[in-house]
Amino acid sequence: MLYREAGQFKTTYAADMAVFPIRQDRIALALLVAVAFIAVPFMAEAQVWPFRTDYMVRAILIPFLILSLAAVGVNILIGYCGQISLGSGAFMAIGAYSAYKFATGVHIPLAWLGTAISIPPLPGLISIPLGGLMAALVGILFGIPSLRIKGLYLAVATLAAQFFFDWVFIRVKWFVNYNSSGSVSAPDMYLGPIHINTPVERYLLCLSAVVIFATLAKNLVRGNIGRQWMAIRDMDIAAELMGIRPLYAKLSAFAVSSFIVGVAGALFAFMYLGAWEPLAFDINRSFQLLFMVIIGGLGSILGCFLGAAFILILPIMLDQIPHAVGIPVSVETVSHLVFIVTGGLICYLLIVEPRGFARLWGIAKEKLRLWPFPY
Amino acid sequence: MVEFGQFLEILIGGLLSGVLYSLVALGFVLIFKASGVFNFAQGAMVLLAGLALVRSLDFLVARGIPMPVAILMGLMFAGLVMALTAWLIERFVLGPLVNQDGLTLFMSTIGATFILEGAAQMIFGSDVYPLPLFPTDAWFLFESAFPGGILVNKLDVWGGLIAAILVAGLALFFQRTKTGRALRAVADDHAAAQSVGIPISWIWFVVWLVAGLVALVAATVWGTKLGVQFSITFLALKALPVLIIGGFTSVPGAIVGGLIVGAGEKLAEAYLGPQIGGGIEYWFAYVLALAVLLVRPQGLFGERIIERI
Repeated sequence: MLYREAGQFKTTYAADMAVFPIRQDRIALALLVAVAFIAVPFMAEAQVWPFRTDYMVRAILIPFLILSLAAVGVNILIGYCGQISLGSGAFMAIGAYSAYKFATGVHIPLAWLGTAISIPPLPGLISIPLGGLMAALVGILFGIPSLRIKGLYLAVATLAAQFFFDWVFIRVKWFVNYNSSGSVSAPDMYLGPIHINTPVERYLLCLSAVVIFATLAKNLVRGNIGRQWMAIRDMDIAAELMGIRPLYAKLSAFAVSSFIVGVAGALFAFMYLGAWEPLAFDINRSFQLLFMVIIGGLGSILGCFLGAAFILILPIMLDQIPHAVGIPVSVETVSHLVFIVTGGLICYLLIVEPRGFARLWGIAKEKLRLWPFPY
Repeated sequence: MVEFGQFLEILIGGLLSGVLYSLVALGFVLIFKASGVFNFAQGAMVLLAGLALVRSLDFLVARGIPMPVAILMGLMFAGLVMALTAWLIERFVLGPLVNQDGLTLFMSTIGATFILEGAAQMIFGSDVYPLPLFPTDAWFLFESAFPGGILVNKLDVWGGLIAAILVAGLALFFQRTKTGRALRAVADDHAAAQSVGIPISWIWFVVWLVAGLVALVAATVWGTKLGVQFSITFLALKALPVLIIGGFTSVPGAIVGGLIVGAGEKLAEAYLGPQIGGGIEYWFAYVLALAVLLVRPQGLFGERIIERI
């Protein structure tokens, strides 16, 4: 009854091509953004339920936002361009460590030239996108094999990136500023004169980044370049015959995807972890992102958020529900259960609904349009 | 002479440990050859087989059953577990996905990996269990020719022997038996194989069973080497570059690929490692695989892929 677009006439092409052509969608999204930007911070400051402690913001909302952003990046590559990648964790690490280097000052001694490249420490807000940029450059480099190989073979090539960069960030002490423990801590972040430190401030920064990049991604995949990616994904030979350059399309997908993943990695390190080791971005992170994308929905920006929410909340639910019902479950069993449920859900969704939660949401919307009188 | 002896020792050690990678890689090749599925769950299957074996052994020995009988019964139990796993995977994961493209099947095996890892540890426990099946002490060879001789691990030699027997058996199975030929037909084209009357679900069960048994063999060797523990699943990731180098469809390729990776990473660690910081074993195999991919995507022994990209 409420969700019906009858009477919403489009009188211009621009209106017809809008991101959200249905008015109810626009209102719902505006409400959601308003809640996220205004209500959540106020509730967190006032410490009303469910924000009694900063646990909700610090340990759930911030990682949810950042990993959703990373999932958007991964989805561009896998879901839209059809190039499977198991190295997303490495690109997050590249983003994080490059941002760290830019934020603490880069010094590359070039002894044989008798000079050195020195960049003074940059503000955090500039170094995070720069970290994304470095990830994009490396992404292009590791995307080059995709011009010759695809599918599984490409997955192995991206795994090579994962293992190589795991090693680089452990062994090359330059990246950790010669810190003997091998872990680094993020420098302080300033937005103008404001020191971004409390969970709510961090949350707002992450939220802004997510809104900006998700909007960008949504519009990219609707436009020319996004259509090229999808054409390559659906049938590369046909796409080439239609005049789409595979080199350009594939490498641009790698670049955009790695950029977003890199920014997410830098945010993850600076805003969520604070101090981190290369282990935070190992192959398990890559799998986590891949699962978010598959469960949420390949080729859907909304799906990234649904998938990220599910993967993050699942362990918490599996931990809480047995306790609430009164069955004692050990921590170990919970982690095994998480494995089983995640794996089972992946198989189930691949069989029953290959386009994930996002497609289920789409079906629900179709049903809602006719409800309560499906004539 | 000392240096040459050292070189030989590293080379032999590397080749033999490479054979152990091949043991895992063989399971991948079998399933890929027979069903066109890239089975990411092979590492998890090694873990499951190892856990089933070691836990049933502990159980039997604790009840006073003599070791040889216990080993036999343990192997049978683990074999049964693998058969059950094969049936479950065929029935509930791959069966409904017949005629889907390779990437979907690959991702479904990643899902299966997680289920197996979780279930195996939940049922059999998640500690490190020692599995003393093979001798682990060392031989010293050619002590007359080189000072100190060449150190060779007995377990690695056992691994090599087992791999040789396994390859011979599998080659016979694929080339000579009716089921083996049917397996190859299914790999070529699911739909075409079905249309000439090959029962695809039975074939997939057989192939997953064989892969499960190969995983069991790999588990006996690797379990003796490392103890049965969760990190055994990472063998799947070690075996991937072996496959790329050898070719996804070739049993000899899996062996040669394993030898190249094993020898290559040990030599690189010994001679390049000190210069660039050590630990390069971690990624050397992958970079090698990347190089092979760029030059010869089908691997050294793989069937030529005729596919435009």
